[in-house]
Amino acid sequence: MDATEIGLWGVPLAILGGAIRVSTPFIFVSLGEAITERSGRINLGLEGTLIFGAMTAYAVAVMTNSPWLGLLAAAAAGLCFGLFHGWICKFPKVNDIAIGIALMLFGSGLAFFFGKPFIKPKAPNLPAIPFGDWSDIPQVQAALDVNVLFLIGAVLSVVLWWAFRNTRAGLILRVVGDSSDAARAMGLNPNTVRLIATGVGGALAGIGGAYLSLYYPGSWTERISSGQGLMAVALVIFARWNPLGCFAAALLFGGAGALGPALQSVGVTQGYYLFYAAPYILTLIIMIATSSPTRSLAGAPGELSITK
Amino acid sequence: MSGITGKKAVGVETIGMTMRFGAFTALDDVSVKVPAGSFHALLGENGAGKSTLVKCMMGFYHPTSGDMLVDGREVAIASPKDASALGLGMVYQHFTLVPSLTGAENLVISREKVPGIVDWRKERGALAVFMGRMPFKLPLDVKVAELAAGEKQKLEIIKQLYLGRSFLVLDEPTSVLTPGEAQEVLGLVRDMTKAGDLTVLMISHKFHEVTAFADDVSVLRKGRLTGTGRVADLDHKAMAAMMIGDQPIAALDSRAAPKADAETVLKVRSLKAPDRTGLKSISIEDLGVRSGEIVGIAGISGNGQKEFLEVLAGQRPRDAGDVLVRGAAYAATRAEARAFNVRLIPEEPLKNACAPKMTVAENISFRTFDMDGNGKPVNWISTSAIRAFSARLVEQFKVKTASLSSPIASLSGGNVQRAVLARELTGEVDLLIVSNPCFGLDFSAVAEIRARIMKARNAGAAVLLMSEDLDELLELSDRIFVMSNGALVYETPIAGASVQTIGEHMAGHH
Repeated sequence: MDATEIGLWGVPLAILGGAIRVSTPFIFVSLGEAITERSGRINLGLEGTLIFGAMTAYAVAVMTNSPWLGLLAAAAAGLCFGLFHGWICKFPKVNDIAIGIALMLFGSGLAFFFGKPFIKPKAPNLPAIPFGDWSDIPQVQAALDVNVLFLIGAVLSVVLWWAFRNTRAGLILRVVGDSSDAARAMGLNPNTVRLIATGVGGALAGIGGAYLSLYYPGSWTERISSGQGLMAVALVIFARWNPLGCFAAALLFGGAGALGPALQSVGVTQGYYLFYAAPYILTLIIMIATSSPTRSLAGAPGELSITK
Repeated sequence: MSGITGKKAVGVETIGMTMRFGAFTALDDVSVKVPAGSFHALLGENGAGKSTLVKCMMGFYHPTSGDMLVDGREVAIASPKDASALGLGMVYQHFTLVPSLTGAENLVISREKVPGIVDWRKERGALAVFMGRMPFKLPLDVKVAELAAGEKQKLEIIKQLYLGRSFLVLDEPTSVLTPGEAQEVLGLVRDMTKAGDLTVLMISHKFHEVTAFADDVSVLRKGRLTGTGRVADLDHKAMAAMMIGDQPIAALDSRAAPKADAETVLKVRSLKAPDRTGLKSISIEDLGVRSGEIVGIAGISGNGQKEFLEVLAGQRPRDAGDVLVRGAAYAATRAEARAFNVRLIPEEPLKNACAPKMTVAENISFRTFDMDGNGKPVNWISTSAIRAFSARLVEQFKVKTASLSSPIASLSGGNVQRAVLARELTGEVDLLIVSNPCFGLDFSAVAEIRARIMKARNAGAAVLLMSEDLDELLELSDRIFVMSNGALVYETPIAGASVQTIGEHMAGHH
């Protein structure tokens, strides 16, 4: 069979496949950011963490020839970035947003610096599971070639959603995020909880970065992220800090990102590059639609500096 | 198991409690005895040392000297944890419940030992058994943010009992409650002390509550214990004398009789505006305020008063309706406010009516800095004119400030309020809109501010006064409206006003 035979059906199929492929880093970064923001802090530095994670994963995978070691290294690097953010923000009068922007620039700059020698060599990829083997149609096979990280991300979002309600750690995180005073009255130290939450958030963003360089697009370049870390932050607000919402929103963003390539693949030759901008336009629309001068954001953690 | 909590009430005593912060003595040799199963009231003005005393008792502060006895035995309380181990707990004035968690989640997470994974079926069962022994009934599966203030207060008390506390400090527990809710909560707490399950130390400044519920009272002034005794032996006058000493209190002008043909200055018709959640809206059908009268608006906070004030102040867009001043549409622009002599004193003036980091002089001149003596706009601001103007007002309104060029945020609450009052009440005032002007201020500041408002009324201003303090409204208003769920639900002239009826309308029972 050949591509033209399934005709326009290729578009939704490519969007589905794209959604699964493109969404994975969004899932990890937004889940990480959801954890951090639920603790009452914003880490805008996740864009930098994502890029640095991508570089670290690629470099370690090239050197050890193991993508899994690359993934672990990316998570560890992300953890360090998150802990660094959390540690600086514990000092009084430090603005978490400003530190986040500084770390975003620092992370990407550091990644470009260390990443130069790794632009050429080829690293082994993370494995994918071919769920589409039952079909003869190559488009279906391509769309259903699902990377293990996507599945882990899906499971993780359910686990987090459950854990926010049913575990001590989840409840403590919500307490700290909603009211520092209440947390202190309970004998909890908000700074410690936020340090851990920002660290875990950073580690997840690092994993998201590893996916970028080790699976899709699957190589290390300096333009690898193109703002996905920042979009993921917007996505958390859109998802109302709910992990299941983050997963759904990540799929939506992934699908939007796949729109341009999908149209191109079925032979649309004009204007398709406009659709490449779909995720950015979607971000803009969502931010406008969900903000209002006359009401506060429902579901927002009370200690978040943007909602105070 | 005896009683409700399964623990007997404990008695607590402080001996010679002294607390110094540097050179400042916040608490000077205070000895208070609260026997087991009694309801003890702690009276005093803001800054008298009430909070310092209870914070020393609860282990938040380490007193400079002094001892604590629990059930007659000397104890060392180094941290709030030690206090809770002894069964001492505190209900704060500002709620410490986490708004986005449900009641059940709040109770479970505040426990000393929480399992790593919470088995909600088991916990719910245990909570149901526990609640069965409680005198209050509360929905525990609703987010705390959705509870009414009275329910939150009850939940705070229940939380302390759930944690096994048998000595409770209540810090101004009724400041956010309707009169009916206050009666109910304090009544239930009192029953528990009578049954010997609980000992209560209540911080308050409301004499009628002390008289109605407490067994004993201790009074603090400027860090010293100025009196103590059985409530039954003391009247309000004696307690007031202990509390404020011999400082002069501004007297309220007598009410000038309203003119029958007084002009309606403010008129609000079929006003609709979204509230801050965006889910509900406020709607004011018809409200008129005439020259020379004070119209009070009562209501529990969160029933739309804040939004109504913001609409009048031009801070919130309205969906429909008219706001008219002297018959002309009013959109709260600077030019209109100037033309119609409309003045505004919002609540929390430091936050809502001042630029906190600008100087006292600049803040006082916000209305006039860009005009010359004849009301003409000027291009060059004269700093000396601003200073002269504000020096005069600071003198006249007795604002205590280190200098005119101190940032206004460095002033105490009462002095910020005086400075704002000075700015708003100087010059011609035809319409004055005020919200909670005396919140958190001490006795003499409150008396003075109320006297100023009454003076403005007698001078012919139309005054719209929104307040959560019913006593204040009863003292000042000519007519009282009750606002509930975003609408004015009840109106009464002051002569026929009854606390009972107003309270019922505030609670939405009609």
